[in-house]
Amino acid sequence: MSQTITPETVEQAVYAALKTFGVEPHQMTREATFESLEVDSLDLVELAQIVQEEFGVKLDAAHMAGLNTVGDAIDMVVGRA
Amino acid sequence: MRTTNGCALVTGGSRGIGAATCARLAADGWPVGVVYRSDAAAAARVVEGIAASGGVAIAVCADVRDPLAPDRAFAAAEDAFGPVLVLVNNAGITADGLSPQLEDDAWDRVLETNLTGAFRFTRRALGPMLRARHGRIVNVASIVGLVANAGQANYAAAKAGLSGMTKTVAVEVARRGITVNAVAPGFIATDLTSDLPADVTSRIPARRVGTPDDVAGCIAFLASQDAAYVTGQTLVVDGGLIA
Repeated sequence: MSQTITPETVEQAVYAALKTFGVEPHQMTREATFESLEVDSLDLVELAQIVQEEFGVKLDAAHMAGLNTVGDAIDMVVGRA
Repeated sequence: MRTTNGCALVTGGSRGIGAATCARLAADGWPVGVVYRSDAAAAARVVEGIAASGGVAIAVCADVRDPLAPDRAFAAAEDAFGPVLVLVNNAGITADGLSPQLEDDAWDRVLETNLTGAFRFTRRALGPMLRARHGRIVNVASIVGLVANAGQANYAAAKAGLSGMTKTVAVEVARRGITVNAVAPGFIATDLTSDLPADVTSRIPARRVGTPDDVAGCIAFLASQDAAYVTGQTLVVDGGLIA
């Protein structure tokens, strides 16, 4: 069952995913870049899976390639609602 | 031995190396999805044999050339046994002919079954394996992907492709506890090799043709915790033929 897409639910899901990638809670901000968080390309593939499972939004490689910050990812998912 | 919940899925599981692999993985404790294309009776025999030995298995009908086959096969196995944590891409066909006369259809069928099908099953397997931080993928390649065998340009291309795919996928996902390896059987007594030349054993240092169990044992090793630090490799199982 897909969750309703709001900036809050997406942020919550993205932060939960980042935690599983080893990111510390105090590092999680919209402005943080994936590079600074040491979130790599495989992590982003997994993030795309989580987004698809939780919100029913399919993000392909082209979508993921343009992501720089955590906020970019949240905005992309919210924008595709 | 199985060390985690989940199951194994073996394509081309109704006969030969695939059937032996299903039985061996079941003996190691894995519930097994036996994927077959057309021989339901043979797949049922594999399932019954596993049950008679105290294991559990289901037969899953799917043609690996069908782009929808991976989702269907994985859904059946996941519904029955939970996540697929071992995938054995074994389904394979031959359509031999010397290159000047090898038709497009023979080329396409062999590449689609032996290589494209394996890639699609691998792609479908990786999502849940990434989330589980564990997985084993074993591709059944061939020594024909490593050394020449006249009359099998299509089969050689597909099997060499499998070895190449194995290496690249292995390095992509190694940091998630997923290993991707291949076995490369030599002459193994199966339906695919029923027309081997009579003098073949004299060319094999071990002086015998291999059995499906010889290969299944190596696949089971690569699927086991013992092989946790082995990835991206092609293990040749040929009695020394190309050593």
